[in-house]
Amino acid sequence: MRDVAVVSFACSAVAEDPVHNETEMIVPVVHEALTAGGIPKGELGFVCSGSLDYLQGGPFAFVAGLDAVGAWPPLRESHVEMDAAWALYEAWIAIQTGEVDSALVYGFGKSSPGDLHEIMALQTDPYYVLPLWPSMVDMAALQASAYLEASGRTDADLAEVAARSQRAARSNPIAVRSGDVSAADVLAAPVTHAPLRDADIPPITDGAAAIVLAAGDLARDVCERPAWIRGIEHRIEAHGLGLRDLTRSVSTRQAAEAAGALGGADVAELHAQFSHEELILAEALGLDGSVAVNPSGGPLAANPVMSAGLIRIGEVARRITAGEAGRGVAHATSGPCLQQNMVCVLEGGN
Amino acid sequence: MPQTFSAERVLEYPGGYTRSVGPVIGRFLTGLRDGRILGVRLADGRVLVPPTEYDPTTSAPVAADGDRWIEVGPIGTVQAFTWVAEPRAGKHALERPFAFALIRPDGADTAMLHLVDCGSADAITIGTRVAPRWRAERSGYMTDIEAWVPLADGEQPVPAPVRVPAEDEEAEVTGITVPIALRFVNTAGESTTRYLHGMAEGKIIGARAPHSTDVYASSRGTDPKTGEPTSIEVEVADTGCVTTFCVVNIPGLSDLAPEIPYASAQILLDGADNTFFGLIRGCSVDEVHMGMRVKAKWADELKPDHTSILWFEPTGEPDAPYEHYKDNL
Repeated sequence: MRDVAVVSFACSAVAEDPVHNETEMIVPVVHEALTAGGIPKGELGFVCSGSLDYLQGGPFAFVAGLDAVGAWPPLRESHVEMDAAWALYEAWIAIQTGEVDSALVYGFGKSSPGDLHEIMALQTDPYYVLPLWPSMVDMAALQASAYLEASGRTDADLAEVAARSQRAARSNPIAVRSGDVSAADVLAAPVTHAPLRDADIPPITDGAAAIVLAAGDLARDVCERPAWIRGIEHRIEAHGLGLRDLTRSVSTRQAAEAAGALGGADVAELHAQFSHEELILAEALGLDGSVAVNPSGGPLAANPVMSAGLIRIGEVARRITAGEAGRGVAHATSGPCLQQNMVCVLEGGN
Repeated sequence: MPQTFSAERVLEYPGGYTRSVGPVIGRFLTGLRDGRILGVRLADGRVLVPPTEYDPTTSAPVAADGDRWIEVGPIGTVQAFTWVAEPRAGKHALERPFAFALIRPDGADTAMLHLVDCGSADAITIGTRVAPRWRAERSGYMTDIEAWVPLADGEQPVPAPVRVPAEDEEAEVTGITVPIALRFVNTAGESTTRYLHGMAEGKIIGARAPHSTDVYASSRGTDPKTGEPTSIEVEVADTGCVTTFCVVNIPGLSDLAPEIPYASAQILLDGADNTFFGLIRGCSVDEVHMGMRVKAKWADELKPDHTSILWFEPTGEPDAPYEHYKDNL
């Protein structure tokens, strides 16, 4: 395996950006990551992005995203119709092949133009599930219902997660929801999607994120303290919600074992869009009280769809590069109810 | 900077998506049409409902025929639920508040997603016994069960009403039609907004990036070669030359399309470095050719959209030489 590191990270998020189109929204983020990454764009080996055309309602909408990078002379380029954490995985593979030594990875998405919760029904199977139109929140609430029943936990446990996210997010410049909120404050609000309250549900967010990856000596040249990827794996479960155990995340556990993520960490950033998902993921990853979970506030504080998973990797890398953490675990998810999960282990040092 | 334009639209395929369902899902849906819930016994003995083409654990194929198919339910047990206080018009099968639930039919080892019509959120819990309320008109679709309803102790489920098959009905359900309509309010963005305001003033507004001389009309906000923002506004001419074109012989491609045959073309506007889409009129389609000089015909009423340019017409000037547009093909 080649040593590959995150050498720069940038992201943006707002509740709604009614001024910029997607390309305009990506530009400053890609520019910031490229500038901080120190590798001239013309020398990048690979470019890979993650987005979802359904967010704009335009076929091949992702192609316009490349205008934010500039594609002349022609680039080696690829795209995943997934969270950009999977674009990072593809880029990591590309670097492992030895064909390239660096990559720009970016993700983008505006949740505000359409009805995100409804759009996400379209990722379900079109025969048995889509005709019933369960929203993204409905499906998550079903998992929360099953999880609380099986675990014996209550909505007070969910409220602890939601409140801690908002408090942590006060120091996150891209948070769209933050505040000095207690679990009691959360519980005082009505249940909107039983057993979930609005505070357990991620805020609608427009945003983008970008990461530059580099291998070995190139990473050491351009970054004083690269965040090395020591393991990265993803696993998937059956799509049918009634065909798998919603009360635990088997695929997260499998990915964590394969990635070597169970050996402790200073920080964990989890792509938990809903309060109960953080509890399920923390159990699967074996995170105990010694690990700082989602110090950024996580997706409950800012959930730019299609980059929120990549941001988890970036948030861990940023802390390692800043010397605040030595080792961290980042998690990304795709599909309804934590169907597919990626675990990435990052470390400082040389 | 005037307010950024946005436009509302609906992404929809009239009549819905038609999907082939294949023999396994088809057999389950045929069961629904018959008023029965079918499951498949997998190799490990578990009964899978609703059946998928492959064993979700081993990926072994599930046979559409054979004796592994059994009828399950109709009574089932709620495994998980949530309350939908505000049903979505045109999407949800019920107009009043309902529960979404994962329901395990008796005899099955898996659960299926469906609606429970129970009146209020406190009338359902995990373990609630429910039975399907079948529609009289069934076509082999998930909503042949309108919803499930709670059963009181000892209460028997209501059988599916007998239906009379249509004369031309297929013996097995082979396809479904899924209506999908999604509403969006898309933002034009800063650069396209400038261009659209130009349209309303009878101007074609392009833009370029500071480190390039390339002018794009219209611009999406960046120079697509470099990614640099096109921060400098440049007006280009409403004259140019045809680079490439096609003669359209298909009627009704859009509400704005003229009578067939007509020509649509890419036009290299004078002062621009990319091509611009337009219709060519004012000559026979046989006369349209590469290099032909054309000029925009503006509408009497100008608006900030593409209807302001009706079409392009030949100017009668000598053709542009190939060298002029060879890099724009």
